[in-house]
Amino acid sequence: MNSVGKGVIKKDAMALVTGQPVYCDDLAPKDCLIVKLLRSPHAYAKIRSIDTSIAKRIPGIEAVYTYEDVPTSRFTLAGQSYPEPSPYDRRILENVVRYVGDEVAIVAGANEDCVDRALKAIKVDYEVLEPLLDFEKSIDNAIVVHEEDDYKCLCEIGNDVKRNIVSSGESVVGDVDAVLNDCEVVLERDYHTKANAQAMMETMRSYCYIDTYGRLNCVSSTQIPFHVRRILSNALEIPKSKINVIKPRIGGGFGAKQTACCEIFTAFVTWKLKKPSKIVYTREETFAASNSRHEMKMHVRIGAKKDGTIEAIDLYTLSNQGAYGEHGPTTIGLAGHKSLPLYNHVKASRFTYDVVYTNTMRAGAYRGYGATQGQFAVESIINELADELNMDPCEIRFKNMTRENEVLSQYYNEELNACALDRCLEKAMEMIDYKNKPLRRDMGDFVRGLGVSLSMQGSGISGLDVGSVEIKLQDDGFYTLSIGATDMGTGCDTILAQMVAECMDCDVDQVVTSSLDTDHAPYDTGSYASSTTYVTGMAVVKACEKLRNSILEAAAGFFNVDKEDIEFDGKKIYTLDHTHEMSLADFADTCFNGGIAKALIASDSHMSPTSPPPFMVGIAEVDVDKLTGEIKVHDYVSVVDCGTVINPNLARVQAEGGIVQGIGMALSEDITYSNEGKMRNRNFLQYKLPTRVDVPSVRVEFESSYEDNGPFGAKSIGEVVINTPTSAIASAIKHATGVQVRTLPITAEKVLLGKEDE
Amino acid sequence: MLVKIKVNGKLIQDDVQPQTLLLDWLRDHGCYSVKRGCDTANCGLCTVWKDGTPILSCSTLAVRCDGHEITTLEGLQKEAGEFGMFMAKQGAEQCGFCSPGFIMNVLAMEKELVNPSDDEIRAYLAGNLCRCSGYMSQMRAIKAYLSRGENHE
Repeated sequence: MNSVGKGVIKKDAMALVTGQPVYCDDLAPKDCLIVKLLRSPHAYAKIRSIDTSIAKRIPGIEAVYTYEDVPTSRFTLAGQSYPEPSPYDRRILENVVRYVGDEVAIVAGANEDCVDRALKAIKVDYEVLEPLLDFEKSIDNAIVVHEEDDYKCLCEIGNDVKRNIVSSGESVVGDVDAVLNDCEVVLERDYHTKANAQAMMETMRSYCYIDTYGRLNCVSSTQIPFHVRRILSNALEIPKSKINVIKPRIGGGFGAKQTACCEIFTAFVTWKLKKPSKIVYTREETFAASNSRHEMKMHVRIGAKKDGTIEAIDLYTLSNQGAYGEHGPTTIGLAGHKSLPLYNHVKASRFTYDVVYTNTMRAGAYRGYGATQGQFAVESIINELADELNMDPCEIRFKNMTRENEVLSQYYNEELNACALDRCLEKAMEMIDYKNKPLRRDMGDFVRGLGVSLSMQGSGISGLDVGSVEIKLQDDGFYTLSIGATDMGTGCDTILAQMVAECMDCDVDQVVTSSLDTDHAPYDTGSYASSTTYVTGMAVVKACEKLRNSILEAAAGFFNVDKEDIEFDGKKIYTLDHTHEMSLADFADTCFNGGIAKALIASDSHMSPTSPPPFMVGIAEVDVDKLTGEIKVHDYVSVVDCGTVINPNLARVQAEGGIVQGIGMALSEDITYSNEGKMRNRNFLQYKLPTRVDVPSVRVEFESSYEDNGPFGAKSIGEVVINTPTSAIASAIKHATGVQVRTLPITAEKVLLGKEDE
Repeated sequence: MLVKIKVNGKLIQDDVQPQTLLLDWLRDHGCYSVKRGCDTANCGLCTVWKDGTPILSCSTLAVRCDGHEITTLEGLQKEAGEFGMFMAKQGAEQCGFCSPGFIMNVLAMEKELVNPSDDEIRAYLAGNLCRCSGYMSQMRAIKAYLSRGENHE
């Protein structure tokens, strides 16, 4: 293959590294109205009255809107295919505020200064209510987070809003209780993962303007332009035909921008005033008033024979949704369906769950999307089981792990076409010289431990999400590839162009990728659920096949021969007997003039019936200071099976970046709340991302399988890479110190005190 | 308050509010490479040079630059492109939002440190956060860039 499998430089790379103005706030008109939001200081309150009269009189202020000024339809901000599983539980503004940071009023003015003054001049009379902050006490609490009559669910999600239940359900294979009763060894443990912040470097932002045709144009740093169009239509109660959503370059997303947090506010202002407006969330707002990972508490029981054969796993997961239901019913599914299938040989397994409302910031999508949480629990208890049985953690996995061609009972009975999990584990062990190292080594001032973890994810949302592309042959013989998928820095514009180049036998430079807006781009559900390479990639392969066929047909007509007698090698079109020959450039020019006079355009869509899991193994080597408990990741090796690697450089950086986010989740990143329900960790001083000093060595290799349903054998990579560090590091620390920490993040204090969860 | 600030070699006279941050003032004057990633001087995205030394423009008042020379990535296009190509070869720029501030600091480091060790590089750049890359590819790019003369590339 000439283009697939090559470390092609990202098409936008030079623009980005030279600092060109390509992001949302660089492009906003200079005379934009500035939009800011007044936010609730209370975790739960009713608004008795709002006095905006003084604020409105401040020079430069154009408008102050409250719940009395906005449409009353309920909708969800979750970027999901319609009908969304997330409940319709919010309005643009409401006379009830459900968490500290909930929006109370929208202010639009000529500049930051006047808007800031107006925000201070708004007087709100709150009836402060007692908030529901502890998600373990949410179900059947006297405090009900959503009491509104027009609350609506479009899908069957096991919702019981009067009991604060967003979603509940179970997935049972075999008789778990009976099997556990007969097991020689049974462990029962509780694990707790926190509401991590995605912390992409570009905060939430959007700007809007009205175009020549009186339509609303929304430029947004989003992963989901087509879903934003629907959300704005729902919120503003205007038809989708009046809305165009434009995606510029995005400064990272990691799922955060799969929820349309800020677009409704600029859209409402611009639609009302017919003037351009923009909003740029502060870092604090992005931490405390956008969305985060779902905090989860997981209760796991595992049963095994003394020889290490795992016979049953029972997982109950409680997920903290916060104040609004975005992504609640779907993230929870992954906690079980992407952890239990790693051990498919069990006689019985059960996954039960509840997702509950509280008066904290809503959770949303974050890389891993529930799988990260579930795997921390399942992989941790496997590690604990190995320790209990005095068995090597790799050995217990070789004995029990899922292999190629199995039918995965806890994964919608999908058959596993492609799985190199066993090879990944072997290679990871080699990389870290596992066989020559004990699990615990005394290094003098510190102890060094080893820990292992497996992981899986999906590739797109099977049977639901759609990727579409359109490819045109242009004069001179170059191609334009229009996509609705959104490159958020990961390089899908380039990766999809590599696939076109492979299919059309041309250079990647001959393919121009454009991802314009919802008016022009073919429909794509967006960049989430590890879907772009796998789902949109297949649409590329299919569309290229059509375009190639159109080229042959047009040439056959032009040469006046049968299509079967024509060959196209990417550079020239010729008859097999070589009586006719034409370069692609000349052919393309002929299409643009009277010669052929036919625009050659092909488009296609793809929806995958399956969601083939990528796999990964991570092994952590962690140092713990004997005196202080300070934890340092000495080395982290990982091997990824993402099927065929389309672009090794970009895949490697995905893996390295995901692992470091996972290390942050394991060791330093924490969201906590005050007793009044105010988020404490609202900036980079209190929410600690790993810096480059914290992660000296992360090593990544690939061990490919071939997925028949994917483009060129590819599966996904975007999310699976975040999952292994939490449980691998926790186990390494256990081996080093004897302390198994089951509540993230694992801090020096928890290790040193050694009492955590013991 | 009237100030004279040289930005990328060009003298700008302006009437500046005393509270205006250099970051906002630079963006108002077309230097869009300068990004804001936090409000607490943690992320390094807004790094520019004042008289050749890297500073955080989010923590500097524009008026404090009166009579000084500010350099942003707009004024270092050739150098940014040269180092940037090493980044691109690794895919290390990813979303690119932290790249300008990071590259400003890498170019300053190149002037300041002679044959830095990996630990010295990490320490110098510790204030430049990146959420996409996990830093490894950036390190590979820096090392290849710093040794670019050695292999007669």
